[in-house]
Amino acid sequence: MRVLARRIAFYVVTAVAAITVDFFIPRVMPGNPVSAVLARLQGQVTQNTIRSLEQQYGLNTKEGLWGQYVHYLWNLVQGNLGVSTSSYPSAVTTVIRGALPWTLGLVGTATVLSFVLGTLIGILVAWRRGTWLDNLLPATTFFQAAPYFFVAFLALDLFATRLGWFPTGRAYGQLDFPGFNGTYIGDVLSHAVLPALTIVLCSAAGWIVGMRNVMVTTMDEDYVLVAQAKGLPKGRVIWYAARNAILPSVSGFSLAIGFVVSGALLTEIVFSYPGLGFILLQAVGSRDYPLLQGIFLVITFAVLAANLAADFVYVLLDPRTRQEA
Amino acid sequence: MSTGTGLSGTGLPGSGLPGTGLADPGTGPPSGPPLALPLPGRARKFQLPRSPKILVGLVMLAAFLILAVIGPWLAPFNPSASVSTTNGVPQPPSGAHWLGTTQLQQDVFSQMLAGGRSTIFVAFVSGVIATVLSVVLGVSAGYLSGLADDLLSVLANFFLVLPALPLLIVVFGFLPPSGGNNDLLIGLIISATGWAWGARVLRAQTLSLRSRDYVESARIIGERQWRIIGFEILPNLTPVVASSFLFTVLYGVGTYTAIAFLGLVNPEHWSWGAIFFWAQSAEAEVSGYWWWYLPPGFAVAFLGTALALLNFGIDEFINPRLRAAGLTRRLAKKAGHGNLPRRFVLGVTPVVRASEKSQP
Repeated sequence: MRVLARRIAFYVVTAVAAITVDFFIPRVMPGNPVSAVLARLQGQVTQNTIRSLEQQYGLNTKEGLWGQYVHYLWNLVQGNLGVSTSSYPSAVTTVIRGALPWTLGLVGTATVLSFVLGTLIGILVAWRRGTWLDNLLPATTFFQAAPYFFVAFLALDLFATRLGWFPTGRAYGQLDFPGFNGTYIGDVLSHAVLPALTIVLCSAAGWIVGMRNVMVTTMDEDYVLVAQAKGLPKGRVIWYAARNAILPSVSGFSLAIGFVVSGALLTEIVFSYPGLGFILLQAVGSRDYPLLQGIFLVITFAVLAANLAADFVYVLLDPRTRQEA
Repeated sequence: MSTGTGLSGTGLPGSGLPGTGLADPGTGPPSGPPLALPLPGRARKFQLPRSPKILVGLVMLAAFLILAVIGPWLAPFNPSASVSTTNGVPQPPSGAHWLGTTQLQQDVFSQMLAGGRSTIFVAFVSGVIATVLSVVLGVSAGYLSGLADDLLSVLANFFLVLPALPLLIVVFGFLPPSGGNNDLLIGLIISATGWAWGARVLRAQTLSLRSRDYVESARIIGERQWRIIGFEILPNLTPVVASSFLFTVLYGVGTYTAIAFLGLVNPEHWSWGAIFFWAQSAEAEVSGYWWWYLPPGFAVAFLGTALALLNFGIDEFINPRLRAAGLTRRLAKKAGHGNLPRRFVLGVTPVVRASEKSQP
C-alpha cells in the first residue's frame, strides 16, 4: 500500500506544519497582544498561571525560540494545551472535551447526509439532462454562495420564531443532564434539526454540481453505451456510470471538508449550539489565546483524520490506485 | 489518475471543489485526455459562449462593481449615526428608511451601500493576490518538475487541507485592533489561504501543456524559458486562470463576511459582515427583524451567484459536454433542430453547430 503510506506521511507532515504555524502566529504578530491580555489578567488568576502562560508564549523567559518550540511540542505530546483564561481554572483540553462531542455529532451526521443526498441528486440531474431539473443548478448556486450563517438566520427566523416548530437554539432544553432516556434524546434531536438542515442545505450544492458534471461526462463513455445496448435495466446502467463518476467526488472530499467544518462552526454560533464553534467565538471575544489555539489544533487534526478516511475509501473504491504499488 | 474528465465542475464557494476531476492531489502527471483548449496559433482571443449564464453573471457583477464605487456616496444617511435617539426598537422598512433601521436607529440601507465597497474591495484584492500567487507557484511547479515541483505541491496541498477559517480566526484573533480597518491587509491575509486550489489546477494543466508538440518545438527552436511560459503556455491557461480568479473572489467574499460577522475586524468599519455582526448581537434572527439581516445576506448570495454563473460559463467553455442549457427543446427548436429526442439519449451527445449558434 505505497499510496496510502505516502498519504499518511503527507498528513503527518501537514500536522507538524499546522502545529508549527500555531506556534509561530502569536510570536510574529506585531504589537504583542498576548502581554496586553496577561496584564489584564493580573490579579484575576494566580501568579503560577501567569507564569505558565508567559512560558507558553515565550514572554520574559530566557529560552531561545528553539527551546520554546521544543517546550511547546513536549507540552502537546503530553496533551497539555495550557489553561483557558476565560473559563479559568479549567484546562483548555477540558473545555474542548466538553464541546467536541456536540460538534462531532452534528457535523458528522450533516456531512454524511449532505454527501449522500447531494450525490444522489447529482446523479438524477445528470441522468435527466436537458429537462426542468437543470433549473435546479442555479438554485443550488444560490445556497452555495449564501453564507452558512445567513441560511442559519433564515432557518431560525422561519422555523423556530415564526412557525415555532423547533427550539431557537442550544443543544438541549433542560439545564442539567437527566440521563439518556427517550425524552432527552428526542429533545437533543429536535435541537439538532435546524443546524443540521442549514449545513446540509449549504453543502449539498457542491456535491450536486460536482457529481452532475462528472456524471454527464461519464454517461458518454462507451461502456455505458454498451451497457444500455445490451438492454440492461436502467438502474443497472445508472449504477455502472455512477460508480465511476463518484471517484472525483470522493477525492474532492478533502477540499470540501474544510469548508463544511468552517461553515458548521459559524452555524453553531448562530444556534448557540455548544460545540467547538461556540466556544471558539467565546475565546475570540475574551481574547482567550490558549483556548483559541487549542481549538484550531483540534479542528485541524479532525479534518486531517477525515481526509485520511476519505483516502482509505478512495483506495478501496478505485482498483487503479492499488495497482500502482 | 484523472478519470478522463480533465477539469469539470470548477469548484464553487462554500463547498470546496468536489469534481475537479483531478483524482490524485498533486503527484504524477494527469494521464487523462487533454482539455479542449483552443489550438495555439488559431485563437489568441477567446470567444466566450454567449450563454445566458455568462450574460446574467456579467450584468450582475457589473452592477455590484458600480455600487461598490459609488455606493458610499449614494448613502442617504451616515451609516454609523443614529437617526433618532428616542426609540430602541428596530423599525421596519418605511419611506424614509427603505430597509428599516437597526436597534441604534441607524439606516440599514445606508449601511448596505457603505459596506459594499469594503466587502467587494477585500474580495477582489484577495482574488488578485491569490491568483497571482497561484499562477506563479502553480505554473512553475508544473513547468519545472523535480524537487521544486514536489516542494510546491506539498505546500499547496498543505494549504488545501488546512481548514482555512479556523486558521484565519487565530490570525485575526492575534491581529492588533488597528489592522481591523485596513482592507488591503485583510485581503492579503485572506489571499494567503485562498491560492492553493488554483495553483493545483494550474499545475496539472501546465503539466499537460508542457509536453505538447508546440511547446517542445519552441524549446527546440531555442526560445528562452520565460518566453515559453509567458507566450506559449500562459495564454492557453487563460480560462483556467479566469475560473480560479472568480473562485478566489468568491472565497474572499464569503471569508471576509464570516470574519466580520465574528467581530474579528472592527465592526464599526462597515461591511456586509459587520451588519451581520450587529444583527446577531441584537438577536435580530429570533426577534423577527428580517429587514436587518436579509439585505446583507442576499447581497453576498447574489454576488456569489454572479461569480458562480460566470464560472459555470467558463466551465462549459472548457468542457463543451457540460453545455446542457443550449440543448433544451425550446432552444433546439429555435436553432432548427425540432426533432431533438424528447429526453437526452444516453451515450449520444447532441451537437449544436457552433456556427449556427453564434450567428446574431
